[in-house]
Amino acid sequence: MTSDFHPQTAKRSWGRVVEAHHDVARPGSPEAAAALLPVLQDRGETGLPIGLGRSYGDSNLNPDGALIETARLDHYIEFDPDAGVLRAEAGVSLDDILRLIVPRGWFLPTTPGTRYVTLGGAIANDVHGKNHHLAGSFGCHLRRFTLARSDRGVLDIRPDSEPDLFAATIGGLGLTGLILDVELQLVPIRSACIDQHVEPLRNVDAFFDIAEARATDYEHTVAWIDCTARGDRLGQGVFSSGNWAASGGLEPHAAKAGPALPVDAPGFALNPLTLRAFNMVYRRVQLLKPQNSRVHYAGFFHPLDSIRDWNRLYGARGFYQYQSVIPFDTAREATREMLDRIARSGQGSFLAVLKTLGDRPSPGLMSFPMPGVTLALDFANAGTKTLQLMAELDALVKSSGGRLYPAKDGRISADMFQQGYPEWERVETLRDPALSSAFWRRVTS
Amino acid sequence: MTETRSPRKVLILGALSAMAAATARRLAAQGAEFVLTGRKADALEREANDLKARGAGSVSIQVIDLLETSRCDAVMDLAVEAMGGLDTVLVFYGILGDQAQAETDPQEAERIIAVNYSSAVHWVMAAARALEAHAGSSGVLLTASSVAGDRGRRSNFVYGSAKAGLSVLMQGLAHKWAAQDNAPRAVNLKLGFVDTPMTDGIEKGGPLWAKPDDIAAIAERALVKGGPNVYAPWFWRFIMLAIRVTPFFVFNKVNL
Ligand SMILES: Cc1cc2nc3c(=O)[nH]c(=O)nc-3n(C[C@H](O)[C@H](O)[C@H](O)COP(=O)(O)OP(=O)(O)OC[C@H]3O[C@@H](n4cnc5c(N)ncnc54)[C@H](O)[C@@H]3O)c2cc1C
Ligand SMILES: NC(=O)c1ccc[n+]([C@@H]2O[C@H](COP(=O)([O-])OP(=O)(O)OC[C@H]3O[C@@H](n4cnc5c(N)ncnc54)[C@H](OP(=O)(O)O)[C@@H]3O)[C@@H](O)[C@H]2O)c1
Repeated sequence: MTSDFHPQTAKRSWGRVVEAHHDVARPGSPEAAAALLPVLQDRGETGLPIGLGRSYGDSNLNPDGALIETARLDHYIEFDPDAGVLRAEAGVSLDDILRLIVPRGWFLPTTPGTRYVTLGGAIANDVHGKNHHLAGSFGCHLRRFTLARSDRGVLDIRPDSEPDLFAATIGGLGLTGLILDVELQLVPIRSACIDQHVEPLRNVDAFFDIAEARATDYEHTVAWIDCTARGDRLGQGVFSSGNWAASGGLEPHAAKAGPALPVDAPGFALNPLTLRAFNMVYRRVQLLKPQNSRVHYAGFFHPLDSIRDWNRLYGARGFYQYQSVIPFDTAREATREMLDRIARSGQGSFLAVLKTLGDRPSPGLMSFPMPGVTLALDFANAGTKTLQLMAELDALVKSSGGRLYPAKDGRISADMFQQGYPEWERVETLRDPALSSAFWRRVTS
Repeated sequence: MTETRSPRKVLILGALSAMAAATARRLAAQGAEFVLTGRKADALEREANDLKARGAGSVSIQVIDLLETSRCDAVMDLAVEAMGGLDTVLVFYGILGDQAQAETDPQEAERIIAVNYSSAVHWVMAAARALEAHAGSSGVLLTASSVAGDRGRRSNFVYGSAKAGLSVLMQGLAHKWAAQDNAPRAVNLKLGFVDTPMTDGIEKGGPLWAKPDDIAAIAERALVKGGPNVYAPWFWRFIMLAIRVTPFFVFNKVNL
């Protein structure tokens, strides 16, 4: 490796299960970043772009290979506060962008559940948010981007000029090239606040009824599910909906996250008892809130961002996140079945999220969202029994015509992946030969 | 932190330093105006665009090798002209150099001293004169020194001696200004370990490593009050106190 790459022994993703050696480069400019790809190619090694490392499993890792960190590709190129058009380098975080644009009356077209993701990461996983049922995914709002490849140099990618690479890079898991910069159309807001509506969910059936009703009146919807509840309480929880408020000021979120978890929590901190207690308390607290209230966007969209390094709560062994989407036809049955398995296992975590995804198509070839219902939750890594539970869930998802989210995955089989993403072979043909990941090698083998 | 003063007019010597850029971003959000100096035109252009997007009032660039100390006064004049005044000068350029090489190759030692100290003397003096003339008590001169200057250590004592010189220079300037009415302020940051391109070769991790933006937050505050010596982050004051009072017979056994 050249002196641009420095060995780093224990690089981990957000779930902290996989830990591996990488040679890491942090190029200081787009030109320096682009120049790294032919170097890798010449040496017959592979690299992988990495943003803020918020993907949980192994899709952002390339063990024993190289990583190209985009941390220093963090410059804005141009911001037009009148038209709401933003051009920025791919390592700029959504956190930084919101602090810039909110005071000027703009917001991101959609945001995932954390602000600590980069533009590059948001595209490579074609992220979705609470407004997916109306806005679609992140890739639906891209005007153009610049892509560096080992074989073709730096390319201007637009839907009409390079349609194949445009489509393959959105949800392309960092494999089609290194995104250098991005042009986004922002959406106007009149305040930084959301008018939130909170209501109880009796069980999983109630979710399906309420979600359908709220989707027409509310731009943002999501449900939190107590995954320890069983029987006719299966899927009990809280449904939250929101619309941008007409007033309330344009104050962005505070610059720094709250206190960090300084050390790994001991392994026993999360057990069925503490989980049940947490779920109960959380539900009560949510329902104690007034049904209708005005809240700041940060609390509404990014509740976990107020605790830095919360992933260390799961202890040194790390955790898995499991996120599926199931098409509407089979969703009711399959969701009930999955929640039942999880509740019986006693392994469910405190963060089970249920949401309907809409039918606005993404330009991406391997985009995760599709019309249907997505379920996301954490499992502390308890070894075989956790893997076994997830394998059972896999079977259910597969037979219901669903698929899993690569951003959250570190273990699914090639078969499971290929069935969910039939276009994967087109992405493989368009892959930059100098790029690869642990995830990709597994699911294409 | 927001100040209730008119936006700053800032000259940055070494604007491409990671810490300088992070500091400039914070000032840009308050509408500051800038003259950026550095050796790389493209990179300065990129920096300027970023600061404009972040809200900077105006940004111009000066491509210069800061070892060219014959241009000090000209650069000050240029800055005053470009921004219609000058009230803040940030001195961030520097090199770590190669200690081992400096011990056998006088040219490397010379280079470390020229960049971190002798050229800085010229720039600091020129900036002091310009701030006295154009800003008076609203002026601030801030330099980036290092805790390496607090006690000589085997791993970097040539660099450390240059930074020690810079720290004493700033201390003296602060002392001079303290005795004058309507004088600018002198602030010298004594930096600990910061994760920037300068330290890319060093394996990082642990609580002692700060990010450029952590330092920027400290610099932003130091422009308003405090000084003349500001340890950044603050805990280095105590680390260095401990290191300074450690007797030689113990210190000599520690590999630092
Ligand atoms: C608390 C939390 C909540 C979340 N909520 C949501 C949610 O609601 N919806 C959702 O969709 N996701 C969600 N996620 C997942 C997250 O949005 C994605 O994993 C996102 O891709 C992370 O961005 P990153 O910058 O950290 O990228 P990384 O995790 O570092 O990388 C992700 C992928 O992007 C690629 N990549 C990164 N930069 C570039 C580049 N410049 N060019 C090419 N490829 C690049 C990498 O190779 C990798 O394949 C959540 C994650 C967390 C931790
Ligand atoms: N990082 C640390 O841990 C640390 C600790 C203590 C003190 N410091 C001090 O903090 C300051 C900022 O450093 P940093 O960490 O931000 O490192 P950095 O990002 O490497 O910045 C140093 C900058 O100085 C510039 N420079 C060097 N020689 C120059 C010259 N002759 N003319 C013009 N520019 C020149 C470099 O420009 P080029 O890009 O053109 O080379 C570079 O942009 C330095 O003075 C450093 O000594 C740093």
